[in-house]
Amino acid sequence: MGAISELFKKNIRQYGMIIALIFISIFFQILTDGILLKPLNVTNLILQNSYILVLAIGMVLVIITGHIDLSVGSVAAFIGALSAIMMVDMELNPVLAVVLSLLMGALVGAWQGFWVAYVKIPAFIVTLAGMLLFRGLTMIVLNGQSIAPFPKSFQKISSGFIPDVTGGGSLNVLTLIIGVILSVLVIYQEFRNRRISVKYGFEQSPVWMSVAKAAALVIVINLFTYVLAQYNGIPNILVILMVLIVIYSFVMNHMTMGRHIYALGGNEKAASLSGVKTKRVTFWVFVNMGVLAALSGLVFAARLNSATPKAGTNFELDAIAACFIGGASASGGIGTVVGAIIGGLVMGVMNNGMSLVGLGVDWQQGIKGLVLLLAVGFDIYNKSKTA
Amino acid sequence: MRHLSETILEMKGITKTFPGVKALANVNLQVKAGEIHALCGENGAGKSTLMKVLSGVYPHGTYEGDIYYQGQVCQFKDIKDSEGLGIVIIHQELALIPYLSISENIFLGNEQARRGVINWNETTVKTKELLATVGLKESPFTGVSTIGVGKQQLVEIAKALSKEVKLLILDEPTAALNEDDSENLLMLILELKKQGISSIIISHKLNEIEKIADSVTILRDGQTIKTLDMKQDEVTEDVIIKGMVGRDLTNRYPERTPELGETIFEIRNWDVYHPTQADRKMLDQINLHIRRGEVVGIAGLMGAGRTELAMSVFGKSYGKRISGQTLMHGKEVRLNNISQAIESGLAYVTEDRKHYGLILIDDIKRNISLSSLKKLSRRGVINENEEVLVAEEYRKKLNIKTPSILQKTVNLSGGNQQKVVLSKWIYAQPDILILDEPTRGIDVGAKYEIYSIINSLAAEGKGVLVISSELPEILGMCDRIYTMCEGRISGEVERKNASQELLMKLMTRSRG
Repeated sequence: MGAISELFKKNIRQYGMIIALIFISIFFQILTDGILLKPLNVTNLILQNSYILVLAIGMVLVIITGHIDLSVGSVAAFIGALSAIMMVDMELNPVLAVVLSLLMGALVGAWQGFWVAYVKIPAFIVTLAGMLLFRGLTMIVLNGQSIAPFPKSFQKISSGFIPDVTGGGSLNVLTLIIGVILSVLVIYQEFRNRRISVKYGFEQSPVWMSVAKAAALVIVINLFTYVLAQYNGIPNILVILMVLIVIYSFVMNHMTMGRHIYALGGNEKAASLSGVKTKRVTFWVFVNMGVLAALSGLVFAARLNSATPKAGTNFELDAIAACFIGGASASGGIGTVVGAIIGGLVMGVMNNGMSLVGLGVDWQQGIKGLVLLLAVGFDIYNKSKTA
Repeated sequence: MRHLSETILEMKGITKTFPGVKALANVNLQVKAGEIHALCGENGAGKSTLMKVLSGVYPHGTYEGDIYYQGQVCQFKDIKDSEGLGIVIIHQELALIPYLSISENIFLGNEQARRGVINWNETTVKTKELLATVGLKESPFTGVSTIGVGKQQLVEIAKALSKEVKLLILDEPTAALNEDDSENLLMLILELKKQGISSIIISHKLNEIEKIADSVTILRDGQTIKTLDMKQDEVTEDVIIKGMVGRDLTNRYPERTPELGETIFEIRNWDVYHPTQADRKMLDQINLHIRRGEVVGIAGLMGAGRTELAMSVFGKSYGKRISGQTLMHGKEVRLNNISQAIESGLAYVTEDRKHYGLILIDDIKRNISLSSLKKLSRRGVINENEEVLVAEEYRKKLNIKTPSILQKTVNLSGGNQQKVVLSKWIYAQPDILILDEPTRGIDVGAKYEIYSIINSLAAEGKGVLVISSELPEILGMCDRIYTMCEGRISGEVERKNASQELLMKLMTRSRG
C-alpha cells in the first residue's frame, strides 16, 4: 500500500483532477437520473466541448512558456468567417479551404508571435490587441452578417461519425474494435516499458501495479467505446482530438522541443544560456496556437453550420480556465496537455450537467468561476504544504 | 569595560525541526553587549535558521528553547515584535523596492506619518541624517535601482538604524560586494560598534571575521561546536575552518601539477559596446589565450567587465557592436549565438546560478541534460532512459548529495546546485569552460570539491577560465592570471610571480 500512497502523493494534482472529474460526473449522473452518461449525451458532451479542448491544447503550451493568449476566440471567429467565404461564397473545394484556413491561422499566430518573441511586448497586451483586431476583422469580412450553409462534407468534421463496418445493427462494431485495438496497445506499451527498465537495470515497480494500471485503462477505454457504440459510434472530431492529444503529449514529454518549452517557461534566462533558442521557441508556440485556434474556428463553424460575427466569444476564457484547472501554473514552466484536457472536461461536464438539471446560465457562470478559484487555490495550498 | 561583559542576547537550547530534518539541535549562542559576533558554519549548518528563530520569522512555539534579550525572556510572534526591541536582520538577498527612492525605502513600513498622511519633509531630513551616518552621499530621492549593490547594502543599514537598532544581524553582507565596498561596510560595522550597536555577522569570508569580530561561534550540522574569543584564544582561519568542517583542511586548494599543451582558445582585439547606451565601450581591445590543461584566472573589481567579457564571448549573450576574433584550436570560429558557442566547444557557468544557471522548478536530471539534448535524442525524441543513466553518472562523479536525481534543484544547497550546473556543462563536453564566480556562496567543504573538479577538468586537457572576486582563490587555483580594469586587460601574471598585493595593484591600474 505504501507504493500506492507514494505514487498518489507525487501526482496528487493530476490524479486529484481525475478523481474530481469522476466525482462531478457521478454527482450529475445521480442528479440527472442517469441522463448525463447516456450514449447520446456522452456524444453530445464531446461535440459541445471539442472546440474548447482544441484551444486548450494550444493554450497550455502558451501558458507553460509563461505567456497567455486572449485572442483565440476572435481568431477562431475570423478563420471561421474566412472559411465560410472560401467555401460558401467562392465555392472552393472544402479540403483546400481547410488547408488555407489553417495556414491563415499560422499567419495570425506568426503575427502575434513576432510581437511577443522578438519585440518583447507582453503577450497579454499583444493578444488583447489581437482580440480586438481579429474580432473587428471578422465583422468587416462578414459585413456583420452570418454566412451559411456550409457544404455537407465540411459539416462532417463536427457532426460526422466514423463509418460502421457491419452497416446497421444497434451497436457500432468498428467503435468496439477500435476499443479492443487501443486496449492491446496499452497492454503492449506497459510491458514494453517494463522490458526497457530491465534492460537499463532500473528499479522495477511490482508486477501487480503494472497489471492493475493496464487493467484500469483497458476497462475505461472499453466502457467508453461501448457507450459510444450504443449511439452512432466515435465522432470524427473525437478522432481528431485523440490524435492531437497523443501527438502533443508526446512532443511535450518526450521530445527536445517540449523540453525546450518547459525550460523556457521555468527560467527563460537559464534556458537561453543553456543554448535554447528562446525567441524562436516562443514564436513557434504562438504559431501553433494560431493553427489550433483556426482548427477550433473551423470545428465550431462546421458544428453551427454557419459563420457568425459573434462566434468564439469567451472561448479564450474557457480555454484558459481549462488549463489552470488542469494544473498549469500562471508563472510558467508547469502544466500538461492531459491536465488541460481534464480541466476542459471538468468544465464541460459541469456545463452540461447544470443545463440538464435546468440551472440558468447565470448560475452556471457563477459556479464555474468558483470552481476555477477553488481548483487553483487547492493547488497552491498543496504546493505550499509540500515546500 | 563593564558593559562589554554584559550579555545582550542569550539563546539557550534552541531546537528547531522541519518535517524530516532537525535543523537545529540544542544550539546555544551568547552575544555580549557592544561586540561584533561572527557566526560561522558550512551551508546548511543552521546559521540562517538560528537567525530566523531569533528575529521571529519562525514564531515562538515552533521551536524549543529560550531567548533572553537584555535580560528578558522573549517570545516573538513575528518580525515586528523583534524589531520593536531593536533586533534587525538584513538578509543576503536585499529587501529593497527597486523603483522607490532611498528615503521611501528606508521608511517603508515605518512611515513618518500622522493619520496616514506622510510628512515628506521630516522623512527627507531624517533620511539625510541616516545617510550621513552610514557615509552615503546620495540624495534621498535617488531611485534604489540606480545605485550599486554596495550602496544598496548601506541603505539597508540606514533602514535598520531608522528602527533604532540595538542588535544588527547581517547575513553574508559582503557576498555580492567588491573589495572596496566590503572594506567600507566592515568599517561601518566597526563604527556602529563604537556607538554601542552589537552585531551578529554571518560570513563565509574568514579574513573579514578575523578583521572585525570580537568573538565567533561555530555551528556544524545544527549544533554549536564552540565559541571563541578572538583576542584571548588563538583564532586563525585554520582553527575556524577546522571547527566548521570537523576535520583539518591541510590545504584549501587541492594539489595539481599542470600539464600545459598548445593554445586551444584565443580572443583577439575584442571590443564590446553597452547594450543600451550606444557610445559606451564596455570592453576595449581584449586579448587573451588559454592553453590545453591550463587554469587561467581573471581578477578584477566589480564593474571591470569580467562577466561582460565572458558573456560576450559566449554566443554574444551580452553587448552590442561586438568586434574582434575568436579562435578555437587556431582556427577562427564564429560564436554568434549560444548554440553555436556550445557546438564550438565553449561552456559558461554563470555567477548567478539561481537566476541564470538552473531551472529551479525542474529536477536534477532535466537540468543536467538541458544543454545536451541533441546528444540524447534521435530525430527530436529524447531517450529518457539514457538520460537517467547520465544523471546518475554525474551524481556519483561529482558527489551531488541528494536522495534522488528526481529532486527539484530548488531544494538543493548552494554547493550541490553548483555541482548540478557543472554537471550540465561537463556533460556538454566542451574544450573550454568559463567559470564565473564558481564558489560564490558555497561552504568550505563544497568549495574544495569544486576545486578538485576544476583540476580534473584541466587534467583531462580542457582549458578553464576562472573569474573570481576572491584573490586567494585565484592565487590558489590558477596557472596564469589576467587582471582587468575598466574594460581592459590591465595585466598578466604567472602564478609563481603573483601575490595579492600585485594583483590588487594591477586591478586598480586605470588608464593613463
